[in-house]
Amino acid sequence: MNGMKKVTLPLLPKMATGIQGFDELSHGGLTLNRTSLLLGGPGSGKTVFALQTLVNAARRRDEPGIFVAFEETTRQIIANAACFNWGLPALARNKLFFLAAQLSPEVVQSGEFDLSGMLAMLKAKKQEMGARWIVFDGIDVLLTLLQNPIAEMQEIYRIRDWLADNEMNAIVTAKIEGGSSEAVNYGFMQFMMDCVIRLDRRLEHGVSLHRIQITKYRGSDFVAGEYPVSFGPAGMEVGAPEPSEIKHAASTERISAGFERLDMMLGGGLFRGSSTLITGVPGTSKTTLTGKFAEAACRRGERTLFVSFDEGAEPIMRNLASVGIQLRPHVKSGLLRMYSARTESIGAEDHLIKLKALIREHRPRCLVIDPLSAIAKAGGLAAARAVANRIIYMAKDEKVTVMITAISEGDDPQTEATELQISTVADTWIHLSYIVRSGERNRALTIIKSRGTWHSNQVRELVLSEAGPMLADVYTAGGEVLMGTLRWEKETEEKATKKQRRADVDLKQRELQFAEADTRVRIKALELDLQRQRAELALYSRDDEARTLSSSERENELRKMRSADPAGHATLAPANAKPKGANGSGNSGNGKKVRKEAHDAP
Amino acid sequence: MRRKKTPDKSPASAVTPALVMRLYVVNSAPNSLLAVANLAAICKEFLQDNFKLEIVDVLEQPLRALADGILVTPSLAKLSPSPAANIVGNLSDKSGVMRALGIRG
Repeated sequence: MNGMKKVTLPLLPKMATGIQGFDELSHGGLTLNRTSLLLGGPGSGKTVFALQTLVNAARRRDEPGIFVAFEETTRQIIANAACFNWGLPALARNKLFFLAAQLSPEVVQSGEFDLSGMLAMLKAKKQEMGARWIVFDGIDVLLTLLQNPIAEMQEIYRIRDWLADNEMNAIVTAKIEGGSSEAVNYGFMQFMMDCVIRLDRRLEHGVSLHRIQITKYRGSDFVAGEYPVSFGPAGMEVGAPEPSEIKHAASTERISAGFERLDMMLGGGLFRGSSTLITGVPGTSKTTLTGKFAEAACRRGERTLFVSFDEGAEPIMRNLASVGIQLRPHVKSGLLRMYSARTESIGAEDHLIKLKALIREHRPRCLVIDPLSAIAKAGGLAAARAVANRIIYMAKDEKVTVMITAISEGDDPQTEATELQISTVADTWIHLSYIVRSGERNRALTIIKSRGTWHSNQVRELVLSEAGPMLADVYTAGGEVLMGTLRWEKETEEKATKKQRRADVDLKQRELQFAEADTRVRIKALELDLQRQRAELALYSRDDEARTLSSSERENELRKMRSADPAGHATLAPANAKPKGANGSGNSGNGKKVRKEAHDAP
Repeated sequence: MRRKKTPDKSPASAVTPALVMRLYVVNSAPNSLLAVANLAAICKEFLQDNFKLEIVDVLEQPLRALADGILVTPSLAKLSPSPAANIVGNLSDKSGVMRALGIRG
């Protein structure tokens, strides 16, 4: 395909239409000085496409153009285009010429006529104003007046030859009913034209969807397939195909997900440019989390876009204010743009195009879409899925940090996966649920995944207060995180237990101190006792010595007095015992001596 | 620029005011040539000389034709007497043309 492009591009210089998305589909726009045919049913946007191309050429490249309207009057066309910011009345005065080519109903038709006169006039006009573009809008109306297939063919040839002679970029539009080219000459016309574009408007699930398709492009490659079309202030936009290769830069910069405790659970916050999906059943405060995220972004001074589906900006801001999230000041300062859309009004792909336009216009760094799942309501689930993915990719392309909410059917996060299937594309997935236990419904927050970062695996209770959302402390019991009153009870209980434990410790300490003091006292007493005993012991041993000494002296004296010989000493010992009992005095001393003897005996 | 003028109005038909017409043509186109011939025949048969016809070749005066609000050729404009009328086509439907021009046959 690329090779072909390289060959054909120099041969076929193209003129950009300036229609967002179409120039990508057609690889550059419409072929220079060739004729393109726009086919489509009523209200499919043929006139807008043609006129917008003319307007863009006149405004951007200063190329004058001629618009030949077979169906509508000049006034009608200018009035219809007033909803676009084209400045058409001013252009109509100098750069664009409108030829109201309707035959008045009063005109009598008598026999055949042809376009030779008109083409002669247009040639003169072209030369006068130097026109580079020409549109024949609603040529089918003119052809039906001819009432003759051969004449129709002749006039188509005449136009083609005229265009070839005059070297203009031309667009011819024709109405086809029911999406098919019933009239023979439309097939013939398609064969003649260099580029055939089909516009289609159809109803799907009660929603009007616009589509565009290039069915033929002579000498050029193009992107085949049907693409969504929507209408914004700049006119028509085409949802161009997404590039198949993903080229997103990965940032390591962390930004706050809204509040500190959530950031902590996410290991420090969200990565810049990442996408976060918040799922949950209605009422689990998904919007509150996104509101907090938006507020945090605005506080950092970052431009933020808050897109809400099926809920107005005013009620959202009021409701968020009740939980301490103030968005209004940021809307006033211009940092925050609130955009609310009704999902049923347009198809999912139109929402994408609108969103793209908003991003281009507001240039946000942070984006909130709440709830993205709402787009599935309009235009079928398959389209919504594709759109949801594209929104995430688009945000990544623009390096916008996006937070998306999706309503899940049940409390089980797995059910979300079957709905829009964005959970695989999102970098971070936070699930909010109600946990019903002991007659209470409490909000629980779980981080199901967070790519490239540590995150808490714990289920946490999300508490809303006037100070904003916050995550409660974790109390687990039996492997479950306690919430609500149970948590409060546990908290209180824990406080009481702590108090009790402290008191217990105090008491024990005191008891031990007492015991220690008691022991010390006892040790002191025992020491004193010991000292006393030692003293006593010392006293007794001295007494005994003295006594022993005195008794031997006395014996000696006695011996001297009895004049006994020293040999008698041997017999003296047993005799010694006798006087002990006999003399009665020195009882204790005697006893001691006995003890000592008994001690010595063994 | 080519202008075909019929001879001055004849005093004989002074009772009815002269019919003033302008025919826009592209002289090279068959339908235009046919229209000139058809109109000439009607005039000759029913109006004698009591008419004024200007034939404008759009190829020669395109911007004038544009200003006059002409779209297709051939195109015949009845300018007076009122009511004004416009007829497009090669004027092959004789009775229709006469009715539009207010000529009684």
